Amino acid sequence: MSSEALVEISNVNFAYDSRAILKGINMSFPKGKLIAIMGLSGCGKTTLLRHIGGVLKPTKGYVKVDGQVIHDLDQEGLYKMRRKMGMLFQFGALFTDMTVFDNVAFQMREHTDLPEEIIHDLVMMKLHAVGLYGTQDLFPAELSGGMARRVALARTIALDPMLIMYDEPFAGLDPISLTVVGELIRRLNDALGATSIVVTHDVQESLKIVDYVYFISNGAIIAEGSADDIRNSDEAFVRQFVHGEMDGPIPFHYPGGNFSKDLGVRV
Amino acid sequence: MERSTLDLWVGIFVVAGIAALVVLAFKVGNLSTYNVSDSYSLQANFSNIGGLKAQASIKSAGVLVGRVTGISLDTKQYEAKVMMSIDSRYQFPKDTIGKILTSGLLGEQYIGLDPGGDTVMLKSGDEIKQTQSAVVLEDMIGKFLYNKAETGK
Amino acid sequence: MALVRSLRGIGSRVINAVWRIGYASRFFLMTLYYSGLSFRRFRLTVREIFFSGVMSLIIIIVAGMFVGMVLGLQGYETLKRYGSESALGSLVALSLVRELGPVLAALLFASRAGSAMTAEIGLMKATEQISAMEMMAVNPIARVVAPRFWAGVISMPLLAAMFSAMGVFGGYVVGVVLIGVDEGSFWSQMQGAVDFRHDVMNGVIKSVVFGVAVTVISLFEGYDAPPTAEGVSGATTRTVVESSLAILMLDFMLTAFMFGE
Repeated sequence: MSSEALVEISNVNFAYDSRAILKGINMSFPKGKLIAIMGLSGCGKTTLLRHIGGVLKPTKGYVKVDGQVIHDLDQEGLYKMRRKMGMLFQFGALFTDMTVFDNVAFQMREHTDLPEEIIHDLVMMKLHAVGLYGTQDLFPAELSGGMARRVALARTIALDPMLIMYDEPFAGLDPISLTVVGELIRRLNDALGATSIVVTHDVQESLKIVDYVYFISNGAIIAEGSADDIRNSDEAFVRQFVHGEMDGPIPFHYPGGNFSKDLGVRV
Repeated sequence: MERSTLDLWVGIFVVAGIAALVVLAFKVGNLSTYNVSDSYSLQANFSNIGGLKAQASIKSAGVLVGRVTGISLDTKQYEAKVMMSIDSRYQFPKDTIGKILTSGLLGEQYIGLDPGGDTVMLKSGDEIKQTQSAVVLEDMIGKFLYNKAETGK
Repeated sequence: MALVRSLRGIGSRVINAVWRIGYASRFFLMTLYYSGLSFRRFRLTVREIFFSGVMSLIIIIVAGMFVGMVLGLQGYETLKRYGSESALGSLVALSLVRELGPVLAALLFASRAGSAMTAEIGLMKATEQISAMEMMAVNPIARVVAPRFWAGVISMPLLAAMFSAMGVFGGYVVGVVLIGVDEGSFWSQMQGAVDFRHDVMNGVIKSVVFGVAVTVISLFEGYDAPPTAEGVSGATTRTVVESSLAILMLDFMLTAFMFGE
């Protein structure tokens, strides 16, 4: 398996309204691997995904996808690149005015000239791959959370992308769906020979399936390594995060002054 | 909604809309009597056009035969020059009289054409030589008072 | 002091409004630029004509009828005083075709279809459907916004015509059938008074202009709405208010231009 990087993030800095969100990020995503980006909410993980997708432009540094600097592409080049990428949005972002079938068939109809019979077969195959063959005529509103997530997954891999990005794929799922989604992410990555980037803060599920992990805090990478490296890490923040401890480098109390002094009580 | 039912309803909608437009044009408006295609132009000079406006009707024996297309002042003779567009279906003799009339007591003014007996017809660009100007209220009052003064003597 | 502060507040609101108008104009131009898809795949537009045009039919027809009926009643009362009841047909028809048809139909369209478009697009944005489309390399302006724009522009004159037609019918029902105005003079005076080019066509032009304005405002407010519940609800309110004001302002300008001396 080639370990050549599909996505290269080099010294990326990004500020929004003079607030620095990403500070000097260096990352490399080898082809065929499943990599997780973990951290607290608001640490910059979703912003990173948006950079890789070409939605945001870094203030310093560059982001290369498949050898091309994605934020330097023009509209047409960007759209061409995006056709090779798939993104699973938080909670699915299915098109609510279309059936499951139309959702999965969307990219096929927009970007290819395939006849309807072939599209029908392809959609059925994708639905079967995520275990939802038979739901094609339902509307997203009629699906449960887990099912909607899987349909969105089927839609994401509709054109067999080379890069699949997941924004909090485990958010709000029941324990069974958690395992199902996790397994599907791994299996699809290997079956398609794709590279997957999973942004999440669900430690248990992701450590089960990933090849490599990046830990982000306050816009900088504070730890990285394989799943085992992370589990056995000595880094204080990583320990607190992985074991779900209440207090540590991330304090329990919001830094907001002295409570006992406010009440006039001696502790 | 099924694709075909949706198309059906949109079709009905568009047809109904166009039908409404057609009804407005023909039944409510005057499109059937309004001949847009063939017309020829005539002109006439009046010493006073009164309240005649552009787009005013031109009628003969009460039938709409054309429209006033332009009004200007002839600075050579200080008369009002009226340009008219007449439906090509109607030809008028060279000695036709053009009068400015009022429709109803307080209605708007229009041009009435009284055909003469000449066998030669007016061609496009010709001038109607005999005209009768609009009745101006002040002149009428003046004439009335003058008459009264005369008979009162 | 308080005066300076309120002036500064007004100033920033004005600047904000001007900035938004600029942003909205750029949005409008982009919609026109990406309109090719709306016609190449006309199904998309047809679908939107159904949701904004066909679904507005009932309210337009009913409202048109009632407005015509009121015109018949009020018109008769006034004309009776000058002995001109026979002019009722002209009064009803001209009022509708020149003004009430285009304006009222546009106001109703803005409240019903316009606010629905705003809410729909605002919600799509809030649930990341628009971003998802972007990431799937499908231009959301071309796929979502432009078909709705053309559907609005196509539906508006048709709805206005139906409003006017129903209004004339309503005026007829009240004037001729219920009150007893002479049927012959009702229609003949109307035909004499309503000029196709001057009145009917101008009314159609007005409704097309209103259609463009209302649809652009509705789509823009939806697209620009903050992705929250309050954001979307504020956007739908703004759509109805801004559309109504735009319709009335444009109506004045167009009327002065078309019917002025």
